[in-house]
Amino acid sequence: MGIAFPTPDADILARREAIVAGLARLLPPGGLVTSEDERRAFETDAFTAYRRMPLAVALPSSTEEAAAVMRFCHENSVKVVPRGAGTSLAGGAIPQEDAVVIGVSKMNRVLDVNFKDRTMRVEAGITNLAISNAVMHEGFFYAPDPSSQLACTIAGNIGMNSGGAHCLKYGVTTNNILGVKMVLVDGTVVEIGGDALDAPGYDLLGLVVGSEGQLGIVTEATVRILRAAEGARPVLFGFETSEQAGAAVAAIIGAGIIPVAMEFMDKPAIEICEAFAHAGYPLDVEALLIIEVEGSDEEMDFTLARIVEIARKHGVKTVKESKSAMETAAIWKGRKSAFGATGRVADYICMDGTIPTGRLPEVLRRIDEIVKGYGLRVANVFHAGDGNLHPLVLYDVNDPEEAHKAEEAGNDILRLCVEVGGCLTGEHGVGIEKRDLMNVQFDPVDLDQQMRVRGVFDRGWLLNPAKVFPLDRRITA
Amino acid sequence: MTAVSEPTSESELAEAVAEARAARMPLAVQGRGTKSGIGRPAQTAATLSTVRMSGITLYEPAELVIGAKAGTPVAEIEAALAARGQMLPFEPIDYRPLLGSEGGPTVGGIAAGNLSGPRRISAGACRDSLIGVRFVNGRGEIVKNGGRVMKNVTGLDLVKLMAGSWGTLGVMSEVIFKVLPVAETTATLVLHGLDDARAIEALSTALGSPFEVTGAAHLPLGIDRVPTTLVRIEGFAPSVAYRSGRLRALLKPFGTGDVLEGAPAADLWRRVRDASFLAEPRDRAVWRVSVAPSKAAAALARLRGEGEIRHFYDWGGGLVWIALPAAGDAGAAAIRGALAGTGGHATLVRAPAEIRAAVDVFEPQSPALMTITEGVKASLDPDRLFNPGRLYAGL
Ligand SMILES: Cc1cc2nc3c(=O)[nH]c(=O)nc-3n(C[C@H](O)[C@H](O)[C@H](O)COP(=O)(O)OP(=O)(O)OC[C@H]3O[C@@H](n4cnc5c(N)ncnc54)[C@H](O)[C@@H]3O)c2cc1C
Repeated sequence: MGIAFPTPDADILARREAIVAGLARLLPPGGLVTSEDERRAFETDAFTAYRRMPLAVALPSSTEEAAAVMRFCHENSVKVVPRGAGTSLAGGAIPQEDAVVIGVSKMNRVLDVNFKDRTMRVEAGITNLAISNAVMHEGFFYAPDPSSQLACTIAGNIGMNSGGAHCLKYGVTTNNILGVKMVLVDGTVVEIGGDALDAPGYDLLGLVVGSEGQLGIVTEATVRILRAAEGARPVLFGFETSEQAGAAVAAIIGAGIIPVAMEFMDKPAIEICEAFAHAGYPLDVEALLIIEVEGSDEEMDFTLARIVEIARKHGVKTVKESKSAMETAAIWKGRKSAFGATGRVADYICMDGTIPTGRLPEVLRRIDEIVKGYGLRVANVFHAGDGNLHPLVLYDVNDPEEAHKAEEAGNDILRLCVEVGGCLTGEHGVGIEKRDLMNVQFDPVDLDQQMRVRGVFDRGWLLNPAKVFPLDRRITA
Repeated sequence: MTAVSEPTSESELAEAVAEARAARMPLAVQGRGTKSGIGRPAQTAATLSTVRMSGITLYEPAELVIGAKAGTPVAEIEAALAARGQMLPFEPIDYRPLLGSEGGPTVGGIAAGNLSGPRRISAGACRDSLIGVRFVNGRGEIVKNGGRVMKNVTGLDLVKLMAGSWGTLGVMSEVIFKVLPVAETTATLVLHGLDDARAIEALSTALGSPFEVTGAAHLPLGIDRVPTTLVRIEGFAPSVAYRSGRLRALLKPFGTGDVLEGAPAADLWRRVRDASFLAEPRDRAVWRVSVAPSKAAAALARLRGEGEIRHFYDWGGGLVWIALPAAGDAGAAAIRGALAGTGGHATLVRAPAEIRAAVDVFEPQSPALMTITEGVKASLDPDRLFNPGRLYAGL
């Protein structure tokens, strides 16, 4: 397979027993995973084509324990791979043989809820959905909603600056976090940001969000919570061409309407998701938009009427409004299980590039050409309002040649995204998956500058070191 | 008089920085200098200005994105956006009324100051809308980060570092912002006679409602010395009518109040944005305090007895502007003392240079964060060329 890992440090491997013994002294029973069987659960994430067995897995129950483990690893020059739930699609949480995984999944408590200030303090291993569930009784929620929200942690969301279907209106992780507690590589604990809307000095919080576990281990976070709208209603719009759907999206925004969500699916994706969720998606169209609006019934009626009028001008073929909470749930279930549903019909790799939305029809056509060129198939789901594409390249994992082709097709698609003015990743992160494509988007000076900033936090490249930056050119200062 | 360099292109800018580096000549980095009174007085030998790097480089209304060279006047950006019914979401502060400065602020300056107005509570800060930058670092290299698409997590987010760095990390040559449509209608609910604590409670009630408040301010001295509390909602006309009705009902326990619309309301929000209530008398020092709203009124109460103080709240109580006599430390110890234990922090935005040289203008940070801060500075500007000492002494 195409993506390289650094050669494990033989000296560290030779010292494994001593390292494990040292870690065992720092953690309570159950806090350290050492047996090969149990370690196997941590050898990959949702980028399952690659796996590496870690040296050991530490599961601290407190910031103090996490700090003790970090200090120990630092003193012994042992590499560390931070981990939340391991749902990264970019291989961001995949370990390496000479590294200790530090997982925060045991730290999953709500520490404080403040409805007056609309903030909440949580331990970093809490799942994304559990945050919303903890404040739902008062009508509040935490806005960024990755489709993996049942499993993924706020730590991982911070690591990847994750997004979700409703980010068009509410923003992504970085727009919804006010502060973190973070353990630095040498075990020092720092508070970055707080519970106010801005913090003094440089925006280190903005730097930490999306840093993919390279700057420290986040153990707590203060998040913004919002009062949910009175109601929400998704509507399905079926089009005969993706050009029409794309033009309708542009016209809706042009009319001054920012729906909460505008999700696009092409025909293969519609078929896969409908078979799975029975959401009532139209099967006789080439492109489907799920557009959700919020507010009171009258407000939703009003906004939807405007949207429908625009869609009609762009030749919409079917318009189907959700008439009940159950229908709404089914519509979103279909969209949010797009990856899982696809996984039932084929193996896939999920791309995540972003493009200027004006280039949509052209890019979709070229994606189709690229994938066909490799003799493969593709299903497209994406966040239409912001141009964040998720082409799912389908292949057979048991056929090494096909797997290789899928990887190549994916890389070509990402090169295309950059070529038209977009980027390699909109919300899943670079991890190992896009690491070797970073030179496509950035010049050496751009990457050097990022690495110099990285070096402020981790001179010795101990933190998640195989990720993000191409292996062949690495600097710290 | 110090030498002023005004490059006309990014490559000239990079050359100017490289020359300054070779000559070990620290630079005052600025656009038009309307905010040069903010920060510690920097020890610089020359001024580097972006004013002659001007012009919109990209505007795609349907993609909600605008890009411009750093020296472009904010007014030019706002006019271009207004012509297409759009705006910068974060309502950037115009510091001229408060600082008494002249000239048109540049778009690079609002990015460098992370200047965000009343709509910060709903649409995010300047740093949330800033999606791409190009800048020249202290090595004279042209660096890009972020881009023109609004979802982008490729690599480390240096865009955030540049926002609010006050020209101390690099000289921005181009900035790209996410924009939003201007709302069709705006209404402002006005409540009268509430004390600070009650007013903030009212604002929290409004902000914790489903009715999408986009401005929440309290003026203890009001307009005619009657305390005035403001709640703004924006959107399509029927929706604004509906929500303002619901909000009035919800806020009944705080008084009946009335509704303000049109130009008078817009003018009032502009004054909240620019803190122009505190512009006069000009000899007062002005502080900007950021704190969790529920802790704001008590912190202010602890300041009573510190002499003649005037203040008002924005961001639902989370932003407090305070004016007091510019004597001694201009109230630094008292204000920071009042904030102790709240997690809040204070920035001195207006004071004579002698005071700004003597007190911490920006909130001091923990030793661990200061070490990181120094490291970040060194990683971008190893020779401390840009605005040395403006943010923190020795930085
Ligand atoms: C079916 C499916 C659907 C998905 N849908 C979406 C979607 O809609 N939107 C989206 O954005 N993503 C989506 N993802 C991707 C993934 O869920 C997100 O990236 C998520 O944020 C990862 O969280 P996690 O807890 O699993 O983190 P992990 O995968 O364990 O880690 C992610 C990264 O964060 C770092 N990290 C983890 N914990 C810490 C810590 N404590 N401190 C510092 N760094 C840390 C890791 O080193 C790694 O680089 C999806 C994934 C799947 C499998």
